[in-house]
Amino acid sequence: MSQSPSVPLTTADGVPLKTSLRRAVRRSKVKAFLLVSPLLLFLGIAFIMPIVEMLWRSVDNPEVSTQLSRTVAALEGWDGESLPGEPVFAALAEDLREGQEARNLGLLSSRLNYEKSGMRSTISRTARRIGRVEPPFRESLIEINDTWGELDTWKLIQREATPYTLSYYLAAVDRQLSPSGEIVEVPDHLKVHVSLFWRTFWMSAVITGLTLLLGYPIAFLLTSLPLRHSNLLMILVLLPFWTSLLVRTTTWIAILQSQGVLNDVMVALGVIADEARWQMIHNKAGTIIAMTHILLPFMILPLYSVMKTIPPSYMRAARSLGGKPFLNFRRVYFPLTIPGIAAGGILVFILSIGYYITPALVGGQSGRFITNYIAYHMQTSLNWGLAAAIASILLFVVIVFYMVFNRLIGVDKVKLG
Amino acid sequence: MKDDSKQAGKPALKLMVCAVAGASAMGLASVAQAQQTLNIVSWGGAYTESQQKAYHEPWMEQTGDEIINLDRSGNALAGLRAQTQAGNVTWDLVDMLPADAMIACAEGLIEPLDHDELLADAPDGTPPSEDFVDGALGECFVASIVYSNIVAFNTEMFPEDNQPSSIADVFDLENFPGKRTLLRKPINNLEWALVADGVAPEDVYDVLETEEGIQRAFAKLDTIKDEVIWWEEGAQPPQLLADQEVAFGSAYNGRIFNAMVSENQPFEIIWDAQVFELDGWVVPTGKLDKVKDYLHFATDTQRLADQAQYISYGPARYSSSDLVSVHAETGIDMMPHMPTFPPNFATAIQKDDEFWADYNDELTQRFDAWLAQ
Amino acid sequence: MAIPSYATRGERIWHYVFLGICALIFLFLVGPLLIIIPLSFNAEPYFTFSDKMLSLDPAGYSLRWYEDFFTSSAWLNSIKNSFIIGIASTFLATVLGTVAALGLSNRHMPARGAIMALLISPMIVPLIISAAAMFFFFSKVNLAQTYLGVILAHTALGIPFVVITVTATLSSFDTTLIKAAHSLGANPTRTFFKVVLPLVTPGVVSGALFAFITSFDEVVVVLFISGPAQTTMPIQMWSGIREQISPTILAVATLLVLLSMLLLTTLELLRRRSERLRGITPE
Repeated sequence: MSQSPSVPLTTADGVPLKTSLRRAVRRSKVKAFLLVSPLLLFLGIAFIMPIVEMLWRSVDNPEVSTQLSRTVAALEGWDGESLPGEPVFAALAEDLREGQEARNLGLLSSRLNYEKSGMRSTISRTARRIGRVEPPFRESLIEINDTWGELDTWKLIQREATPYTLSYYLAAVDRQLSPSGEIVEVPDHLKVHVSLFWRTFWMSAVITGLTLLLGYPIAFLLTSLPLRHSNLLMILVLLPFWTSLLVRTTTWIAILQSQGVLNDVMVALGVIADEARWQMIHNKAGTIIAMTHILLPFMILPLYSVMKTIPPSYMRAARSLGGKPFLNFRRVYFPLTIPGIAAGGILVFILSIGYYITPALVGGQSGRFITNYIAYHMQTSLNWGLAAAIASILLFVVIVFYMVFNRLIGVDKVKLG
Repeated sequence: MKDDSKQAGKPALKLMVCAVAGASAMGLASVAQAQQTLNIVSWGGAYTESQQKAYHEPWMEQTGDEIINLDRSGNALAGLRAQTQAGNVTWDLVDMLPADAMIACAEGLIEPLDHDELLADAPDGTPPSEDFVDGALGECFVASIVYSNIVAFNTEMFPEDNQPSSIADVFDLENFPGKRTLLRKPINNLEWALVADGVAPEDVYDVLETEEGIQRAFAKLDTIKDEVIWWEEGAQPPQLLADQEVAFGSAYNGRIFNAMVSENQPFEIIWDAQVFELDGWVVPTGKLDKVKDYLHFATDTQRLADQAQYISYGPARYSSSDLVSVHAETGIDMMPHMPTFPPNFATAIQKDDEFWADYNDELTQRFDAWLAQ
Repeated sequence: MAIPSYATRGERIWHYVFLGICALIFLFLVGPLLIIIPLSFNAEPYFTFSDKMLSLDPAGYSLRWYEDFFTSSAWLNSIKNSFIIGIASTFLATVLGTVAALGLSNRHMPARGAIMALLISPMIVPLIISAAAMFFFFSKVNLAQTYLGVILAHTALGIPFVVITVTATLSSFDTTLIKAAHSLGANPTRTFFKVVLPLVTPGVVSGALFAFITSFDEVVVVLFISGPAQTTMPIQMWSGIREQISPTILAVATLLVLLSMLLLTTLELLRRRSERLRGITPE
């Protein structure tokens, strides 16, 4: 800016041209932003805020601090060496009495039961009899349920009195806090999440690899055909893309199940015996086959758009220079398609690790994904904090890949059909 | 009808009572009454069907109410929580398991019930608190049926002189080979594994409360793990049994009964170590005034006995048992198909709701980890 | 793909092998969708071709599953819901998305990349995560179990498609046309309606179609946030498949395949029209 000419150019009305231009740009910027802002506002409310709420829920820990507020206050300064004294027990009795009257002890007992099985009945049994409890509370409460006589119970209450907790994240990666407050692995017989995360990732990688294997020849064929023909074949690629996910999953059930079309055909042809029908569904194979089919168009389309930009003359040139066809392909053509492979690969992988419907319907026991566990905790175990923590971890992984994708390819390059 | 809240409910109810009393001249009242719509949540399938015939249809005829069946009981607790949190409870009456009812009650999602005031006496005047079977009346819960988790088998899969008869046979691959299908949850499977391993039915939960007991149960399940197909929807086991994809299948006894009598499937139930439990009604908080007349009607002695004409679940009232007659469609005697029929009941296990309320999360996780091994 | 005249014998063989492989892959892509169409006319409640069907005996075929579908109030009601929700959310997504795309294609747009990444994120974030998040949030603000809640959720999911297609159309939009229109004496309004709109419309319509099919297809979010009143067709199918697949599901599936063919044809016609308008013709 300092190098502006000494006699500035001006517009017709005498304003320096640069100022005028800057104004125009600013006006244009503001106008552009105003056009985008309704959508930003909408997504902020309908999409971003829910995500933030979920992240918050994965650490939110209000149950103990609000429901047992007196107990927590009385526990302040407790050394954890021996059982707390009478005032703490009296505070607990008062908290439970109040909770029982308001009938809101349910969430508290669920919360503590996640950390220590048995706490649910400990609290409900104690609360049911709390109306008749007489001092000294320490003796009477322990008499109702000896869990109150265990040091670990009190350490648990003291530890979970914080308004935020990492317990859900620890549980999501098969870890927990020991009574003394260290992070330890849960016993082997309780480990489920980490292996499920890995399975989700490697099965998605297999699916991505298969879509590449099947998509590459198709994309190549589409680019090498005259446009009239390739348009027709493109419709065959787009048709599954436009067909309901549930429909595509249903048809795979119809085809793959043991009384299904494929097994019937093979029995009729004598390839397999009627009693030895193949189990192709409700296992890993089912998930992989169905998801490869469902995600294949997402691989073909980016590959196609990259291959279309490679001039056919390159291959002809390589050939005229005497290269063998396979070598030409590997040395010349294939490297040029790598951006397409990266785009399609990342896209398919991201979509795959988040799939829920298809693994749930055709995955059986061995073909389920971590997403099925999110749904399980949302709907069946009702451990919403844990569901939120698992979902947050998955979201983090997706965002990392999304950013890589964005950096490598750019989201604005995404094309649909 | 906008009388969803408690305060508004009372006057509307009075209007309704007037209308029933025959004041049809009060055009407004009869309109209000005809518009009463009850959203009732249940399990779907043959079970909802039996409720429809035994309770809903006579009620709609009597009052002109409209009843909408919603098949959401599988996720009833999550649904109640979400609706309550949203302050927009659309369900009026929910059919759920007592274990879920205990949790919902503790969270204040459902109404505490005064059974003797709300429910009908038995025909001989016995108050409800004495006429319902043990455990049928919870703080917020009133049971309507006793159903049972059993293992059934396809008789065609075994020679006539070697048919299975006890729960131990399910774990005996040598004498009774073939695939089994079991519920993909620890519930029932752990109990059966222990009984098959020699634990007396009445001691099952005492043993399960110890780490050794749990290990023992899983070790027993290990012996058949490779032969098990795990099911998740109640419709699957009868289907798999009918297709002869499995020889044994754990199931709800009503589903097997239906397949036996309505579809003539060659199934037989192993009643040994049946795990029975109750199932019944809860009222979402704020809905008591709206549904209490219906609840009174649907849990009376006759209605519970009527339901047993359509499905082989035992009525939760003693006074109903005597009225249980024959299957409405086929005319067969229902009594021998009831979980509560004495010969079936000898080695029955009552599901311990408190145990499962405490340990379900942990044992489910452990079960999943075991499955993944 | 023509074989060049200088190809060797080995290359010719490879060429045909390659075409064979491609044919098999196309079979894998489309075959499953076509197989359910005849299956949905099966007179028996099975999922496979009966002997009668294979011998083309008319008795092996029937319309009973279609009859089941069209006489079931649950299915019909779910279609109605799907259309209400689909149309409302498509409308919202199209209006919001198109307006935003106009801003995004302005080259002075600040933080364009970041904003674009944000707008596209509903397409990338796994549905189960969006569903769980919306369930938590919508329950809190009384939107769970309402039509409005489902419509807003589907609008958010449909927006990326509208933004992508409309910005793609705008980026290939030749701005000199506007200047030409101006220089020929058209006022801005006239220019917009006579020049901009006809050229942009195909992009907007295909974006809208994408948004509609997204909503029409969506199961997971509806599963979590809808109440019984908002049961949509995919939900009805989902519970049907989980319980026990009846051939009625295959009839529904067939109808949906036909619907997607219809939408695809519409899109293809739009694309051709737009190419014609721009003066691009296929070779």
